[in-house]
Amino acid sequence: MTDSSKVLDIVGHIGEAISENAQFLTDLDAAIGDNDHGVNMARGFKKVEEDLPGLKDKDMGAIFKKVGMDIVSAVGGSSGPLYGTAFMKAGAAVAGKMEIDLNDFLKIMDEAISGVQLRGKAEKGEKTMLDAMMPARDAMREAAEAGKGIKEVLDAGVKAAEDGVEYTKTIIATKGRASYLGERSIGHQDPGATSFMVMLKAVADKYEE
Amino acid sequence: MVGFVLVSHSQKVAEGVRELGLMMAPDVPVEATGGTDDGGLGTSYEKISAAIDRVYSEDGVLVMVDMGSSCMTTEMVIEDRGDPKIIMVDCPFVEGSVAAIVSSSCGSSLQEAKAVAEEAREEKKF
Ligand SMILES: Nc1ncnc2c1ncn2[C@@H]1O[C@H](COP(=O)(O)OP(=O)(O)OP(=O)(O)O)[C@@H](O)[C@H]1O
Ligand SMILES: [Mg+2]
Repeated sequence: MTDSSKVLDIVGHIGEAISENAQFLTDLDAAIGDNDHGVNMARGFKKVEEDLPGLKDKDMGAIFKKVGMDIVSAVGGSSGPLYGTAFMKAGAAVAGKMEIDLNDFLKIMDEAISGVQLRGKAEKGEKTMLDAMMPARDAMREAAEAGKGIKEVLDAGVKAAEDGVEYTKTIIATKGRASYLGERSIGHQDPGATSFMVMLKAVADKYEE
Repeated sequence: MVGFVLVSHSQKVAEGVRELGLMMAPDVPVEATGGTDDGGLGTSYEKISAAIDRVYSEDGVLVMVDMGSSCMTTEMVIEDRGDPKIIMVDCPFVEGSVAAIVSSSCGSSLQEAKAVAEEAREEKKF
């Protein structure tokens, strides 16, 4: 079980990981986008960080919703409405809960993916964040069904997200700015898939073996 | 009269399109909004929402968008408002905006202005 103070700690750590990787994410976006993904994400999580103290003792729904709203209002690029909707939809699925278990976590992933798809209308294989999110979700579900604990489940998700990021190097972007580049987008990893991997790694960091 | 919000990644683009529209229809309420809260290129939920308030009337507001986050963020603002008198339209940003603004000055309804903007999708330039 993960309680709300642990979730706030995890969200704070996601923010740290994003700010550490901000330059890297922006550089990836310079190659196939408009050079702002890391800047955008860091601005979003800075707002989240400011609001974390006020979320103490709130339920999971309220925490996720606030994180989503902050991301929407502060990010300023496509990743804002996409990750923002992901967090808000995830929050609706765990509203009222003061603790979440592995099952809730898998539900959160499902809702996050459906939020990104609702907003961005993308499918798997279009060189977007979904190419890390979907395989990570599938791997985590599989690990959970095999009876693995939270740490092993998260590690399996991180591994699949990393593979997903590698996979984005091999495909042409058909959604978002990178789609303007067509074939020229091949060989570059997707910034959004990479930021998802960074975030999931940050979650996994916070659980012990 | 139907009011308009022009949402671009760039404040300059939004203002330029507003100018083009007002040249032919100076009486129409049009707000240009572009860029992030801190003045960079991008999209701001708050700015879009505030711009809608400034042109809102019983006749409704048509929101025009350029691409990517302009479109997705506007969609979220409109969903959150939940007011059938605030809608967005999928069309070429410059041509659709100018055509719809002019139609509003000629007395079109919200749905008529939307249809005019949509027609701009089909129009060949040469
Ligand atoms: N329609 C979409 N569906 C899913 N993910 C998307 C979509 N469009 C873009 N993305 C993801 O967003 C990432 C880019 O995020 P970023 O913050 O740089 O937005 P942007 O493209 O600069 O936004 P803008 O639309 O304002 O130009 C991409 O790497 C991709 O993973
Ligand atoms: Mg970008």
